[in-house]
Amino acid sequence: MGPLIPNGIITGNWDFVVAILLGIAFGFILEASGFSSSRNITGVFYGYNFVVLRVFFTAVIVAMVGILYFDYFGWLDLTKIFILPTYLTPMIVGGVIMGVGFILGGFCPGTSFAAIAIGKLDALFFTIGLYLGIYLFSISFPLFANFYDSGNMGNVTFTDVTGISASWFAFAFTAIALAAFWGTAVIEKRIRKNITEYKF
Amino acid sequence: MNNQQSFSNEPKYINPYLGGVLLGLLVLITVFITGRGLGASGAIKSSVVTTAQIITPGKASANNYMNKLISDDHSPMYTWLVFESLGIFLGGLLSGVIFGRVKKFRVEHSPKITSKTRLIFALIGGALFGIGSQFGRGCTSGAALSGTATFALGGVVVLFSIFGTGYAVAYFFRKLWI
Repeated sequence: MGPLIPNGIITGNWDFVVAILLGIAFGFILEASGFSSSRNITGVFYGYNFVVLRVFFTAVIVAMVGILYFDYFGWLDLTKIFILPTYLTPMIVGGVIMGVGFILGGFCPGTSFAAIAIGKLDALFFTIGLYLGIYLFSISFPLFANFYDSGNMGNVTFTDVTGISASWFAFAFTAIALAAFWGTAVIEKRIRKNITEYKF
Repeated sequence: MNNQQSFSNEPKYINPYLGGVLLGLLVLITVFITGRGLGASGAIKSSVVTTAQIITPGKASANNYMNKLISDDHSPMYTWLVFESLGIFLGGLLSGVIFGRVKKFRVEHSPKITSKTRLIFALIGGALFGIGSQFGRGCTSGAALSGTATFALGGVVVLFSIFGTGYAVAYFFRKLWI
């Protein structure tokens, strides 16, 4: 049955309508969860607000387990879904650059779009920065084209590389997340006692 | 103002675990319908290629990175992620209107820094995030969230490098936030 668009159950013309509707749901959830505020988001790095960890880990668990069930019931053909290709070193480097950008900028791309919508100028500047950064990357691409394409492992899953089955991976991820939910709640309580500068 | 008060005027956000369940279901539905996950940085990449095509058409089509998005029959803006990102903006607006958070343009920053400092760092942070997302084959949504949820090794790699680095450098930039 699924995925519906690759299987031709929903045809090309509906593609962009679906895109806007899914995007609206995405933006709504991000804003409603508090991701339109950079100080809420960066709280995860300073211990005064772990909302990012709670939303993100819960989302990964639900989506992961959901995909496993959809596969189990035969609703979703996992061979037809897109698996992000792995370029090991470039992706680690990219993640490191994004991590620094996260601390300096306080947003990630999706959250900045949602924050512009409610009037955050810092989010607008972040998005302009995104644009400039990608422009700079694109025009200087020939300089690091070899590095960009290095370490290509193909469209591999965690299971392909480690041999640990998807269900065990989901189980381990869930266990770690539950421990993190508990641990960070304790940390957050302590840090909020001693913090005075942070107001919403 | 004591601490109790400063936290009592928290804006009404939804319960984070409810937000997480909704977001997870959304990723699941998105994969079920489109066979791919959500994304965000891809839309900016499309805008970059579109502008480059308009102001320096020759250079854009000669650039090995940009020409992957250039085709003869439609503009680079005519892609799934551009429409989805437009939706993110609309959805953010909808939630902001419902919960009363849409106000005139404003800058949120720590009392220890000025609005100007915040905007400069937001711009630099955005630029770094933009560059990093190209090497990472996606940002927090496309690589870390959707990638990890579909068990892609690259998603897990990006997830841990973003947050690991965040924790490693957070101390040096604490004045920006606390």
